Amino acid sequence: MAAEHKPRLTRELVAMRVAQELAPGSTVNLGVGMPTLVAAFAPPDANILLQSENGILGYGGFSEEAYDQDLVNAGGQPITLNPGASFFDSAASFAMIRGGHIDTAVLGGLQVSERGDLANWSVPERGGGSIGGAMDLAVGARRLIVAMEHTTKDGRPRILRECTYPLTARGCVDLIVTDLAVVEVGPEGLMLREVAPGWAPGEVVTLTDAPLTVPRGVPEMEL
Amino acid sequence: MTATIYDTPDEALDGVSDGARVMVGGFVSASSPTNLIFALKRRGTRNLTVMATNIGFGDRLDELCEDRQIAKAIASFAVRASSARASRFEEQYRTGEVELELVPQGTLAERIRAGGAGIGGFLTRTGVGTQVAEGKDVLSWQGEEWLLERPLRADVAILKAHRADRLGNLCYRMAGRNFNAVMATAADLVVVEVEEIVETGELAPNEIHTPAVYVDRIVRCDPVEVRWDGR
Repeated sequence: MAAEHKPRLTRELVAMRVAQELAPGSTVNLGVGMPTLVAAFAPPDANILLQSENGILGYGGFSEEAYDQDLVNAGGQPITLNPGASFFDSAASFAMIRGGHIDTAVLGGLQVSERGDLANWSVPERGGGSIGGAMDLAVGARRLIVAMEHTTKDGRPRILRECTYPLTARGCVDLIVTDLAVVEVGPEGLMLREVAPGWAPGEVVTLTDAPLTVPRGVPEMEL
Repeated sequence: MTATIYDTPDEALDGVSDGARVMVGGFVSASSPTNLIFALKRRGTRNLTVMATNIGFGDRLDELCEDRQIAKAIASFAVRASSARASRFEEQYRTGEVELELVPQGTLAERIRAGGAGIGGFLTRTGVGTQVAEGKDVLSWQGEEWLLERPLRADVAILKAHRADRLGNLCYRMAGRNFNAVMATAADLVVVEVEEIVETGELAPNEIHTPAVYVDRIVRCDPVEVRWDGR
């Protein structure tokens, strides 16, 4: 079977793999889209403190209760609060983000470069796009994980030598988790750390535009 | 000075004139001053510059575009990456009828905070090396590049809180502080819709989120339901 037609990880499985990266007791901000799904896979006993840019620290899961329009996350979804949750205003929220108080942010991505530049807010050929809190999170979080699809719908790589879309921030990405691979961004460039089940490192390299160092014995993701 | 209590949101906006720079609190659905937005619409005030974290994401601020009351928006969410569900604002932006200054959300909050705190600008790493840096001063400090961002102020802020006392102290509900509490400090005229007005002294001093010094006008209104329509 040609590599491009092999099954890839679902969005849920990508989120599940990202969740393994969250250190117990850490403070985490999840962006909209695929990153939002990570909340469901964070181990309940890990005491992860979830921050939402609209001024919430310590939210839980998504609410099944009646809709309360004053209790939504940054993606507009109704949420629950964990014991110890707090509210604050947007300036305080972004002081928290820009001041380095968020251990890990997980953002969606459109393109990542070999130096860890991120483009995630605008597709020029479609026009528009909104920045929201992405630029603040990209520079402010201590560790940035990007969760995205490895290629575009028509098969073009999203991990590139240079981003061609408008940047969110330069040199900000630490780890890329895609539906095909886990890729670490280091000072020497990109390192293939894991592949999706059933995928060979060489197949992932073919679908990656940026140079990718492949160490011996790259393991499959454990999900 | 004691805040003035108004009977209707329309009267609470008396004196807000064409060409006004208007801050609009709320985070899409959370504590959005929707009654005051509707009042602004009924009054037909035109050529507005609105500053809000979002416009056209299910919020009712977008309705001011029906009669083209908005000339410019300063916002962090205003145009979707896909044009599949374009708002009125977005349609007018794409045809060049309205101007948009797209601002990173943290920079928007901090510019407003600076405007309210008498701070003439600040340095941030947010936006360095991006379109946001175009036309701005970039300073080198401690081996890093920083953008110089300028404060924002408005002629009027329209906000929503949960409760107010007659003096003008405000308490918000749930995640309602968001941009409301920041904008309360940065406008010449601060107009707040609240769900309840209580006697002065009934709000515990440590539970007051916005002290009365910032608040000029209060109007009691039932909240309007607002729902996100996705991004």
